[in-house]
Amino acid sequence: MKPFTYERVNSPGQAAQAAARTPGSKFIAGGTNLLDLMKLQIEAPRHLIDVNDLGLDKIEKTGDGGLRIGALVSNTDLAADKRVRKDYAVLSRALLAGASGQLRNKATTAGNLLQRTRCPYFYDTNQPCNKRSPGSGCAAIGGYSRQLAVIGSSDACIATHPSDMAVAMRVLDATVETVNPAGATRGIPIAQFHRLPGDTPHLDTVLGRGELITAVTLPKPIGGQHFYHKTRDRASYAFALVSVAAVIQKDGSGRVAIGGVAHKPWRVEAAEANMKQGAKAVTGTLLAGARPTQDNSFKLPLVERTLASVMHEARG
Amino acid sequence: MKFDTPAGTNPIDQLKVIGKPTDRIDGPLKTTGRAPYAYERHDVAPNAAYGYVVGAAIAKGRIKSMDLRDAKAAPGVLAIVTAENAGKLGKGSMNTAKLLGGPDIEHYHQAVAVVVAETFEQARAAAQLVRVDYVRAQGRFDLAEEAKRAPLDGENSGEGSAAPPIDRTGNFEGAFKAAPVTLDATYTTPDHSHAMMEPHATIAAWDGEKVTLWTSNQMIAWGKNEVAKTLGISKENVRLDSPYVGGGFGGKLFLRADALMAALGARAAGRPVKVTLQRPLIANNTTHRPATIQRIRLGATPDGRLTAIAHESTSGDLPGGGPETAVSQTRLLYAGENRLTAMRLAVLDLPEGNAMRAPGEAPGMMALEVAMDEMAEKLGMDPVEFRIVNDTQVDPEKPERKYSQRQLNECLRIGAERFGWARRNPKSGQVRNGRWLVGMGVAAGFRNNLLMKSAARVRLDGRGVVTVETDMTDIGTGSYTILAQTAAEMMGVPLDRVVVRLGDSDMPVSAGSGGQWGANNSTAGVYAACVKLREQVAVKLGFNSADAAFADGEVRSGNRHAKLADAAKGSELVAEDSIEYGDLGKKYQQSTFAGHFVEAAVDSFTGEIRVRRMLAVCAAGRILNPKSARSQVIGGMTMGLGAALMEELAVDKRFGFFVNHDLAGYEVPVHADIPHQEVIFLDEVDPVSSPMKAKGVGELGICGVGGAVANAIYNATGVRVRDYPITLDKHLARLPAIA
Repeated sequence: MKPFTYERVNSPGQAAQAAARTPGSKFIAGGTNLLDLMKLQIEAPRHLIDVNDLGLDKIEKTGDGGLRIGALVSNTDLAADKRVRKDYAVLSRALLAGASGQLRNKATTAGNLLQRTRCPYFYDTNQPCNKRSPGSGCAAIGGYSRQLAVIGSSDACIATHPSDMAVAMRVLDATVETVNPAGATRGIPIAQFHRLPGDTPHLDTVLGRGELITAVTLPKPIGGQHFYHKTRDRASYAFALVSVAAVIQKDGSGRVAIGGVAHKPWRVEAAEANMKQGAKAVTGTLLAGARPTQDNSFKLPLVERTLASVMHEARG
Repeated sequence: MKFDTPAGTNPIDQLKVIGKPTDRIDGPLKTTGRAPYAYERHDVAPNAAYGYVVGAAIAKGRIKSMDLRDAKAAPGVLAIVTAENAGKLGKGSMNTAKLLGGPDIEHYHQAVAVVVAETFEQARAAAQLVRVDYVRAQGRFDLAEEAKRAPLDGENSGEGSAAPPIDRTGNFEGAFKAAPVTLDATYTTPDHSHAMMEPHATIAAWDGEKVTLWTSNQMIAWGKNEVAKTLGISKENVRLDSPYVGGGFGGKLFLRADALMAALGARAAGRPVKVTLQRPLIANNTTHRPATIQRIRLGATPDGRLTAIAHESTSGDLPGGGPETAVSQTRLLYAGENRLTAMRLAVLDLPEGNAMRAPGEAPGMMALEVAMDEMAEKLGMDPVEFRIVNDTQVDPEKPERKYSQRQLNECLRIGAERFGWARRNPKSGQVRNGRWLVGMGVAAGFRNNLLMKSAARVRLDGRGVVTVETDMTDIGTGSYTILAQTAAEMMGVPLDRVVVRLGDSDMPVSAGSGGQWGANNSTAGVYAACVKLREQVAVKLGFNSADAAFADGEVRSGNRHAKLADAAKGSELVAEDSIEYGDLGKKYQQSTFAGHFVEAAVDSFTGEIRVRRMLAVCAAGRILNPKSARSQVIGGMTMGLGAALMEELAVDKRFGFFVNHDLAGYEVPVHADIPHQEVIFLDEVDPVSSPMKAKGVGELGICGVGGAVANAIYNATGVRVRDYPITLDKHLARLPAIA
């Protein structure tokens, strides 16, 4: 860990300005991912801006009947919120499928979106990794890639985004609200929030310098049955091999997003037109253009079978 | 005390304290955080500086140059030790690779430097500034590839598992050829990491020529010798102290880099230094259970009698290392006139292999017991019955050697009854419970009982308190408690009048903790010392020692009785002795047995595997403390489940290292994976094993479990997976089609 300076700020605008002012700065909230990465010197911020006192820890109704989730709402509180459990159950289930109780107590909504990949080569600083050290190469390609991406990857990076929460937010069409150092706010559709690796895998999101997430908003409830099926090697405390977030309506129509397969939560709206034809029809479109490795080609049938499992449950 | 004839009746047989389910006497210390583990012993070296180990970034090659300038100049840095400035170092006889690498690098994350600083954070930050320029050499990292040119090699693990390079009884090839029913199958097991909770850790302090290591180690006397040998100092100048060990599983049998780096760092810094191996370093820096490729051939008559048994295993290790003795149990477990076992050892430049909980048997039984299941199916026999038919009460290679006790059939029969085995559908893939495919599996459990010399000292003071001192270790197993029970039983005092001190190399040398030999031997050592102490007490109080009874804090004979404490009035009584074994281990085969039963469910959609129920019925001699013995067995069952379903050190065959080298990547079972577990101990005493009539259970619990899990999965799905771990990707494509 490199020595760093630390400050607390009182408003989101101040936080963004502080970040713009100090090169090499990072926001810190729960710290459940950042601190680990700092100890391994994968992240080496020179300055930490503690955003825990910004009051962004409320869940409120929006004018159009949706929910606005403060950036600092803990994963535990979000999963337990009655409105979330009732109207956005897929989100609650996804949260509870992630990490452990202790981690969820500390982890925040914004921090969860911003967690970094768990690719083992990213974590081993002896190995080349374009995400950790741009231009150094990718040791995961041709290496041990069982957990890694099957779609949307590039010749520079086959990492996956590890979040469960983000997959549910993707299926719910959430919007990420931010403020930048100039004080301007914007709403970024979750579909556009995380990037594909391309040849800049070190950039996980579209956030600009100093731009701070203040909230995530959910549109008004869409009804339906909500599912989050996380398929993994052990029953708890493991990252997804694949996960399926789905909202399925009585007539069999619905939405699907999948996790554990790409650099971002993966959803192809066009695939959802095939919902009534079954899992195979959906995944054919959803996973078109997939480029799995030998280690992880099983994820393609596994997505189909996990989705089939969810559809089976929906039919009751 | 020499133990060379089977034990007769002795004070242990009273079973007033021994054999009772007893809470750990060290439990309150542990649950309140007051048991001092090595890294937390602030009292012994309050001014300790911190060492941080730098691991090699390549698997094989050499260091061209090291640039320490920035690291040396970093805040708080006191010293940096590398092979260049460490002075001449020897190598421990139990280490394959050097613990401090350079200029030659033998494996990934081999220590190349220890950075010592005032604080842990400073040491870590400075360690990240050490720049090493390496020249890579071509390495051999692919077991399947190197297996093609692996020569035969024998090994005695020293942990109760042994086999010569090749071992023949009768004419295997002829019998296999002639057998009406045969099986020829190959199984693989991956490299495993011990993944104990407490990482390797040591505080070292020098006083002139003498070094003291407060450490976490299973085998104190081995460690003392190896430290002396490696540092080139006399044994008298080395002290190890390891009263609490947060798990070892074989990973702490030996001198490892934490202890050596702490000693070298302390010498260089001129003050005590503490070192713990950071978690991501452990998998590649320390030892692991080696991967195996095992071919098993079985031949039988249609009535299910085995006529031909062959088990051949190939594993790999660094040059100078040894094979995983995966064929060992196959020499002993089942009857059959024509037998062949063989082991081959490939040279690999991966980190060094060595013992992990039940070395040999743990991976060997994972293969053999699946082969037995496959054979039973070919024969159209129930797999429980197939095993029972092939029971033997003698060593099949040397029929003049009887088993001292062998209740495998009883374990299997009782287990089948208690588990509801009769409800198992012998045809696989038939039982559905909603979305789940459900199956049951069985395996035998087998692990040898080893006899090792073990010494102890016992003291009696004027208050009637008995103190036990031995360098025995408690690695979470319950040693403190069974040693206290032994002394309490022998001296006729309640448990709370016994104090146990362990893990200090200044104390009498015990058997230590390994190979499930700790409990029987170390308690027998305390028994021997107590026999001597009883004699002293009897003389002091004027009793004839032969007929004196020790009970309720008194010594009694006829109408006479006296207080035990009175014997030590004025001056403490001290007795020391050891248990030493004659040739009973040669005359008899001493082993422990289990019947393992598992019910598993497989998600018919996703292929996810969840174990639902586990039962182990164990026959392992006298059970000294049913409570801690049960804990040992369920711990073994948990570890066996991990080996069956998820544990694998993933090898990067290009760069030669275990990629998933932390506890996020190396998955072991979590609570949600562990179903209902039940353990039954058969009533057994084994007078051939020791005066305690006990045997080991610490490893029996893992041996066979993986096979039972695999067989349950097969029974559920009808898909046989022969490569561990059985992860869903290996059977997904062969599962029934989804609706």
